[in-house]
Amino acid sequence: MEGNGTASSFPLPSQITDVPGAEGWRSMYPYFTRFQPEDDNRFWFYNAMHFPEPMPAFDVVTAEIPYTAIGANTARVFCFPTTLGIEHRIVNGRIYITAIPVTDPAEIERRLAVFQERAGHYYENWDRLYEGWKTRMKGLIREIEGITVPQLPELDDAAVVMESTGVAQNHYVRENYHRCLDLYSKMWHHHTEFLMLGYGAYVVFFEFCKKAFPEISDQMVARMVAGIDVIMYRPDDELRRLARLAVECGVDDEFTEGCSPAAVLDALAGRGEPGQRWLAGLDAARDPWFHVSTGDGFYHHHRSWNDNLTVPFAALPRYVRMVREGEELTRPTEQLRQERQRIVAEYRGLLASDEERAAFDQMLGLAGLVFPYVEDHKFYCEHWFTTQFFAKIREFGELLARKGVLAEAEDVFQLHHSEVDQALADVMLAWAAGGTPLGGAHFQPIIAERKRMLEVLRDWSPPPAIGPVPEALNDPAVRMLWGVTGETLATWAAAGDGTQIHGYAASPGVVEGTARVLRSVNDIGEIRDGEILVCPVTAPSWAPVFGKIKAAVSDIGGTMSHAAIVAREYGMPAVVGTGHATTRIKTGQRVRVDGDRGIVSILG
Amino acid sequence: MSGLELVRGITSVGAGDRPTVGGKGAALGELSRAGIAVPPGYVVTAQAFECSLRALDPAGTLRGEVERLPAGDRAGIARVTARVRQRIVAAPLPEDVRAVITAHYRGLGGDPEAGKHGVPVAVRSSATGEDSAEASFAGLQDTYLWVRGAESVLDHVRSCWASLYNAEAVSYRLRMRIPEQDLAMAVVVQRMVDPRCAGVMFTCSPATGDRSVIAIEGSWGLGSALVSGDVTPDCYVVSKVTGEIVRRTVAAKFRRHQMDPSGCGVVADDLPEALRERPCLSDDEVRALAAVGRRVERHYGAVQDIEWAITDDARPANGIVLLQSRPETVWSGRSAGPVATPKARAVDHVFEGLGRVARIDTGTEARRWT
Repeated sequence: MEGNGTASSFPLPSQITDVPGAEGWRSMYPYFTRFQPEDDNRFWFYNAMHFPEPMPAFDVVTAEIPYTAIGANTARVFCFPTTLGIEHRIVNGRIYITAIPVTDPAEIERRLAVFQERAGHYYENWDRLYEGWKTRMKGLIREIEGITVPQLPELDDAAVVMESTGVAQNHYVRENYHRCLDLYSKMWHHHTEFLMLGYGAYVVFFEFCKKAFPEISDQMVARMVAGIDVIMYRPDDELRRLARLAVECGVDDEFTEGCSPAAVLDALAGRGEPGQRWLAGLDAARDPWFHVSTGDGFYHHHRSWNDNLTVPFAALPRYVRMVREGEELTRPTEQLRQERQRIVAEYRGLLASDEERAAFDQMLGLAGLVFPYVEDHKFYCEHWFTTQFFAKIREFGELLARKGVLAEAEDVFQLHHSEVDQALADVMLAWAAGGTPLGGAHFQPIIAERKRMLEVLRDWSPPPAIGPVPEALNDPAVRMLWGVTGETLATWAAAGDGTQIHGYAASPGVVEGTARVLRSVNDIGEIRDGEILVCPVTAPSWAPVFGKIKAAVSDIGGTMSHAAIVAREYGMPAVVGTGHATTRIKTGQRVRVDGDRGIVSILG
Repeated sequence: MSGLELVRGITSVGAGDRPTVGGKGAALGELSRAGIAVPPGYVVTAQAFECSLRALDPAGTLRGEVERLPAGDRAGIARVTARVRQRIVAAPLPEDVRAVITAHYRGLGGDPEAGKHGVPVAVRSSATGEDSAEASFAGLQDTYLWVRGAESVLDHVRSCWASLYNAEAVSYRLRMRIPEQDLAMAVVVQRMVDPRCAGVMFTCSPATGDRSVIAIEGSWGLGSALVSGDVTPDCYVVSKVTGEIVRRTVAAKFRRHQMDPSGCGVVADDLPEALRERPCLSDDEVRALAAVGRRVERHYGAVQDIEWAITDDARPANGIVLLQSRPETVWSGRSAGPVATPKARAVDHVFEGLGRVARIDTGTEARRWT
């Protein structure tokens, strides 16, 4: 990770110019997301981990609401001593963030006292509180699933009169739309409820390990606390189970490379008892395990496996083939558990004294306590809840399309959530008055223009960081989740000669192969056997494609990135946190991925 | 004095025999006791040195003469030590010393009459005495490689003895007021290993002191190329925990030390181009070396600084032999406080950790970006 000299520095926010042809991008986002002149004095980095694509207008809700919750958690609720919250800004459709540090020693002291009392309560009662969390989260999921979108027929339901509820259904258009947003917001408050404390405990263990063993890799630290029965592995485990079931039932011949899910389901329905048995197995797996997002839940087009069976069905033929060939498809959990224990015991034994070992035990214990939450919350929050949330918004889109405001339901995501509010009011009024909504003439040209701009913005390569280098990086999420440290900044700043890209060594090994650059998870079907995946960020639900690829490279990824864990489990090299591999590498180029040193070389 | 005590086989000595066989001899014996392959050989003991010294200095004045030198008198030290060394290399050996060294050389497969065509051996100094005295020889003890024939072995044994009176070593002892009386020099004679590659291995990171890794450096030919700084070696870092090679740096290696074409002594020459960029070790060899390093470290219960060589001989099976192992001193000697101490509650670690400002080191890093 050589930073080379003084030549490299990050541009200032004010130096970033509008992408030609998309000068109107500001119209998509609220005023409070714009860079201000004084923002030039602060350090910002591109959150490519969560937002690798330009933001459709509605989707900025996945920044606005999470940052409302995260900042409240760290700054106001738990009162983290050295960090307030995260601010975000949008430029050319991309989201940049910065954490506001607390650096005044007296202020830190004051906040620390509050933090000790509040965080102490959570750490001391972690498991019990986490059980309560799961109940609440499942409650929120049930609530969002239960929301109905009024259909606004010619006449309202007779019950309004007979049961004298007195409230016409156009009222519920707004109320239920707001409930979607409110539940989404609550989900995010619960999401951060444990997460920042979890990162806090992990970062302390992580830094102890780095001090005691300066050469230890980030992934080795993660391996000491990583769970074995992680929920995020379940969807993939279910696919393996379904592959075994297909062979067992003798219907495995239906699963061929490139098969269409609809055709397979039709065919199985006609294959009598064995076909029914497999379909019943599929149904059992779908709820909840197919509520996994094909992305990581930050874009409306990150649909769930249930919404789009193509993704899970793309993995099935390979698994079926492996079962037929007698390969053991179950994860060797006991073996993994023993290996983790062995690694912990070895490092523990290498510590210099019993005193250090006692401190290590304490920190490892706490990191182990928090890690199940860190690993598992995503399934409930970003996957299960969020795919349901977007599905509901899509239903509101269907209403708007039916009423002529939108050309198609999917266009609802081209409107900011406050604009959707307006459009719904328009529809509510028109239904009440017996008139016609005016939104079609107003919104449809705007939406067409926005779609065009997003296509233009897609080709822009955002700088990984902008603004002056900060004096401190205190936020535990910034360090652990995004992996932004002094070292990362040096990596990003290193200009290089263009043929080498540096990142974190996430999974060992060296391979060469043909690159496949995927900017969006929707292109996942393009991956061919033996290619090297180059992507902005990999989500856990990409696991099935890891069976096909030779190596993985990502723009963003910290020490907690699941991509690293999955890559290691598949025994393939991975380099993460490269900053800009997706813009430097082109599909079809030969590349060498050196997972030992964290270097990707473009060979031509 | 019996012949047995004048020379001892390497396999018959151990750590407790240091006063007799010196640090290097004892370490080699200890390694072979631990089941680690070392080149076969023997040690000409401190008694042999004493016996020979008595023969050339019957009055026993030599040591006193050295000890009385003024510590600051560089010219005097140079003059006196040169004369002492001259006496040692020139004096005829007592017959029993001569006979037993020759007999053992024959035991290594060397025909004492074969001269230049005899079995090649390495003749290496192995000082006895206190640790501080031995420290004075670091890098000064003589080692002679590719020595052939009994006469030449005898000459080089005397050269090793003479190196005890190296001007630098004597200056150091005088400065440190180390008494001369108990100082002696044992000499290790081992069958010469003709290494494909050789180098050093630390059972911790030499850069950071991290004890969870083993660092291996190697280059083509004899290890002297690397130790003398004549070549930039290939470097490997291996995790003790997983056995994975966590880092490998293959250097452009321009020089190689190997047997002189005459068959005797060492020659340093330029490495053929084809070999320069080639790693001198395969991954399997790196892992095998690391495994040996771990065994040695476990045997001694301390971090080790090891010299190794790999031969293409069939014995031992993996070709690895160790030429030396000593306790690592740089990091082991550093008395850093514990990284962390236990606290009343586990959460107190978090309160302390998150209560600290995670400053970026602006001294080194900021310069890169601004």
